[in-house]
Amino acid sequence: MTIGLYHPGHSPLHRLSAGTKVTGLLVASLALFLTPSVWFAFWSVPVAFAVYLSTGAPFRRLMAQLRGPAILLGLVLAFHLLFGSVADGLLAVARFATLILLASAVTLSTRISEMAELVEWGLQPLRPVGVNPEKVGLAIALAIRFVPLIAEEFRHIREAQAARGLAANPLALIVPLVIRTLKSADELADAIEARGYER
Amino acid sequence: MTKDVSTRDIVYIALFAALMAAINLVPAIQIGFLPVPITAQTLGVMLAGSLIGAKRGGLAILLFVLLVALGLPLLAGGNGGLSVFFGPTAGFILSWPIAAFVTGWLTEVNWRRMNAVWFFVFSVIGGVVVVYLIGIPWLAMVAKLSLWDATKGSMIFVPGDLIKAGVAAVIAETVRRSYPLMQTVR
Repeated sequence: MTIGLYHPGHSPLHRLSAGTKVTGLLVASLALFLTPSVWFAFWSVPVAFAVYLSTGAPFRRLMAQLRGPAILLGLVLAFHLLFGSVADGLLAVARFATLILLASAVTLSTRISEMAELVEWGLQPLRPVGVNPEKVGLAIALAIRFVPLIAEEFRHIREAQAARGLAANPLALIVPLVIRTLKSADELADAIEARGYER
Repeated sequence: MTKDVSTRDIVYIALFAALMAAINLVPAIQIGFLPVPITAQTLGVMLAGSLIGAKRGGLAILLFVLLVALGLPLLAGGNGGLSVFFGPTAGFILSWPIAAFVTGWLTEVNWRRMNAVWFFVFSVIGGVVVVYLIGIPWLAMVAKLSLWDATKGSMIFVPGDLIKAGVAAVIAETVRRSYPLMQTVR
């Protein structure tokens, strides 16, 4: 689960900074939503697909990642065909397809750490409002650190409950997990405070 | 919004964000008479508000959504990354921090009388009503659907969500009773 969606590589996309890519993505979104032309949206799809492929990830993995969104878009299109207009449906689906492909390309070509740095940098202007970018960075790092630990805890609980025939019972799985997590939070916070890091 | 966030708060927020990720490991349940399976995702949202309060719950889920944006596959089915925020369901996901905050706020204000029934009511208000109030207009706007059509398409998930709110309520009440030393809402 902490194996991120980033796929290492040397593509041109990989060499661009996170900020550039995210800005490009936002510009593309604006362009697509402000332009009512179906043709613009339609022709942006193969371009976006080319960008997606240029990330250099294995073709099979790239296509597998598209399965979920494809189903969703199929549903949206079906809705339009049944209840709305075909033109609207095609425009909406083409827009989604382009943006999902471009966004996926950004995620594939950008390390989680780069994205986190971008977030911290982007939050600096919000200091006067009370936002502390360093605390955000700490929270991100802590959460990432704990995701595999809690997932592991969950697996233990599931095995223990399976022995009682309760492996499919959300209560039996989640109650112990929540209690243990909250206890861990208290213990960790106590430890940090005991060391005098509390400000 | 993040003015008085102590180190203890950060620990709670980070761990609950990680917990939300782990909750998504619970497989989607298919109940006989419902056409769509129930995923555990909004369960975490409801629990965040119910158990650690409005500020920490809201920030924990906000952190979770941020982690997904950074590129972690923490959503049901191993989904994640920026693409999730450019699809039809982006509005629902973006509503989660607000939903957790609302549930948390309602819980804090009513802390002395909390029981499973109130947990259920507040989970529905936050985890269902708020989510759909934000998710459906967003869906309508980006998918070029009428509000009515977007609502029609989304209503199919409501029965499952109500069941989920019930499960969240029982979990919250059980946790509240078993862990009396818990630093929840204050």
